[in-house]
Amino acid sequence: MQKSTLRPRLEPALQVRIHDLMVKTRCVEERMIKMNRDGEGFFWIGAPGEEAFGVPLGLQVKKGQGPDFDYLHLHYRSSPLIMAMGGTMLDSLRQMGMRATDRYSAGRNFTNHYAIPEWNVAPMAPTIETQYLIAPGTAWVQRRHGGDGITIVNGGDAGTAEGDFASCLIWSTRPGKEIPMLIIVVNNKFGISTSHGTQHGVRNIADRGIPHGMQTKVINGNDVFESWAAIDEAMRYVRTERRPFLLEAHVSRLNGHSSSSGANRVDELDCILEFEKQLLADKIRTEAEIKATWERWRDEANACVKQLRTEPFPEASDIWKWTFHNDADNTLAKAGGD
Amino acid sequence: MANMAQAIRMALAYGEKHLGVTDVFGEDVGPPLGGVFTATQGLRTSWNSPLDERGIIGMAYGIAVAGGKPVAEIQFCDYIFNTIDLLKLVGNAHWGSAGKFNLPLVVMTPVGAGIHGSIYHSHSFDSIMTHIPGWKVVMPCTPIDAYGLMIAALKDTNPVMFMKPKALLRTKGDERIPGEPEDEKVLKDMIDAPLGDRSNWKPRWPELTDYTVPIGKAKIVREGTHVTCVTYGRHVHWAKAAADTLANEGISVELIDLRTLYPYDFDAIKTSVRKTRRVVFLNEDTAVTNFGEHLLRRTTEELFYELDAPPRLLSGKNVPGVGLAPVLEDASVPQIADIEKMLRETATVPA
Ligand SMILES: Cc1ncc(C[n+]2csc(CCOP(=O)(O)OP(=O)(O)O)c2C)c(N)n1
Ligand SMILES: [Mg+2]
Repeated sequence: MQKSTLRPRLEPALQVRIHDLMVKTRCVEERMIKMNRDGEGFFWIGAPGEEAFGVPLGLQVKKGQGPDFDYLHLHYRSSPLIMAMGGTMLDSLRQMGMRATDRYSAGRNFTNHYAIPEWNVAPMAPTIETQYLIAPGTAWVQRRHGGDGITIVNGGDAGTAEGDFASCLIWSTRPGKEIPMLIIVVNNKFGISTSHGTQHGVRNIADRGIPHGMQTKVINGNDVFESWAAIDEAMRYVRTERRPFLLEAHVSRLNGHSSSSGANRVDELDCILEFEKQLLADKIRTEAEIKATWERWRDEANACVKQLRTEPFPEASDIWKWTFHNDADNTLAKAGGD
Repeated sequence: MANMAQAIRMALAYGEKHLGVTDVFGEDVGPPLGGVFTATQGLRTSWNSPLDERGIIGMAYGIAVAGGKPVAEIQFCDYIFNTIDLLKLVGNAHWGSAGKFNLPLVVMTPVGAGIHGSIYHSHSFDSIMTHIPGWKVVMPCTPIDAYGLMIAALKDTNPVMFMKPKALLRTKGDERIPGEPEDEKVLKDMIDAPLGDRSNWKPRWPELTDYTVPIGKAKIVREGTHVTCVTYGRHVHWAKAAADTLANEGISVELIDLRTLYPYDFDAIKTSVRKTRRVVFLNEDTAVTNFGEHLLRRTTEELFYELDAPPRLLSGKNVPGVGLAPVLEDASVPQIADIEKMLRETATVPA
């Protein structure tokens, strides 16, 4: 991607806040990688390299419950967004540590797989593209409901090969029935080991919105300023016009695909280091302040891991829980025998 | 000894050289990775597909129609569910075209729990797959059987679903693959891709020879007289461990590794059950409408008066997923202790 020429003004206090959340996210991800290496969690997948895009996104979400607020249908590299919305390190680490106290899945799901009704964060699944089919449902309800709440859906570049992505483009642009949806593709140029260019003939993934009459944009998601401005523009459009917008953000994948590929740091541009250069040059932060930010979040992450180690794992009998709604004693769950 | 992933890889290399395999493909199947479990590393005809399971099965169908011999991989069976209609089409192409088209293709996919795979990466696929007529369905539990069943699948002129028990893909067997060098380090040097840059790497395949495990033929893993256990995949190993313990208590278990789920070897089951008069069917798929229930039904209908105890099914629990925390996984799929318990009960319940 070309270096951004667009650099909107962001208040220094906001820049400090963004930086703080970026570091917080990186630290919680790095702590999870360490838990994986220490045998305290089995599988790690997450978002180092997506902070410059995800944090500005999370800060601009209209957070709340119900159709007046934004609905979120996310993929597994959404920790910057969740941290920016107010997610805690402890909650993420509890999921990594498979504790009964894991508020997202009670020890059932992989890390970074949220389900947060109070913030309209729909249950997440490892299936790479199903969220693009589910999102039009909440956006449809919002279209009928009115107001300025929108639906936000994100996913990776490789996953756009699934028909689900094409369905999303179709369903969001039915003539006279367009829906208020911000469709995001986070392009890190890889799906596991397969490079994007070997499988996709389109110039930009975002261009696929054009024949549907959709507003589209491709941005450098490693740049905080460009990300903030593009998300702001796209959200304003979707909130007021009640039509979809397709935004493609190019980002780094700093620790490879997941713990399955080792989770080692790779040589790609680090958006936090880039942002810090800017903060120093603009005298918004000093070296010492930056260092203190990292130390504070690393300490916090360590403290959270200490805390969760004292918390219980789920119990064997928990497997039946929540199979059905309104089935407190698991009678329906065990209708086929136990 | 070769592990199961290496055995599959060698069978596919044999297939490329001798059985006309034209395409081995799927997500991350080609270079540089050669499959998330390395089962396709270094294969001459391997290539990476888009991340699109429906596209993968459709492509295999089309290649087979045009005279190719495709081996398609679905990275995990957890991601095969969106292809069910295409699997149905593959299964009914011969039947629906009044025999005018046959589809010699193989689909392989890792199945089952056992790798801390959580809700996704722990699904079983035996019940749904055996519910799609027109397919042969196999599942090995050792590297040598994986080699022999893959070669049988490649020779077959029908579609074959080759299910790979994912927890066993890195485990070694105790029988050498025909042509496999004695020293496993030598084998590794020959056929495992190096770490780091692989762009100039090429495997050196051993002089592999034909070895076919006939589709439809079960294997008696252990002979016994008091109770029969019929299973497949990784639960063969667990049933064996349970049988070893029970032997110390004087309970003799006959263990059948089905190896082929369709067309399954009912003769082997019948012969064994006639001898022991007691039987437990074992698998880790969810309980309701489980493939083992079908075997139970036939056993009940055809052997009712020859049974001394109710035939039983030990399966996974009927819950929507396998949870990540080990206690959840262990409570969801049958463990060695559960197998021991059910075999003991079945062997000792008064006639
Ligand atoms: C339907 C489906 N098929 C296969 C997988 C296995 N898988 C997990 S992540 C991944 C690659 C995804 O690449 P991309 O969409 O670019 O997202 P990224 O991981 O790069 O953020 C694959 C193939 C899956 N999760 N879901
Ligand atoms: Mg990607």
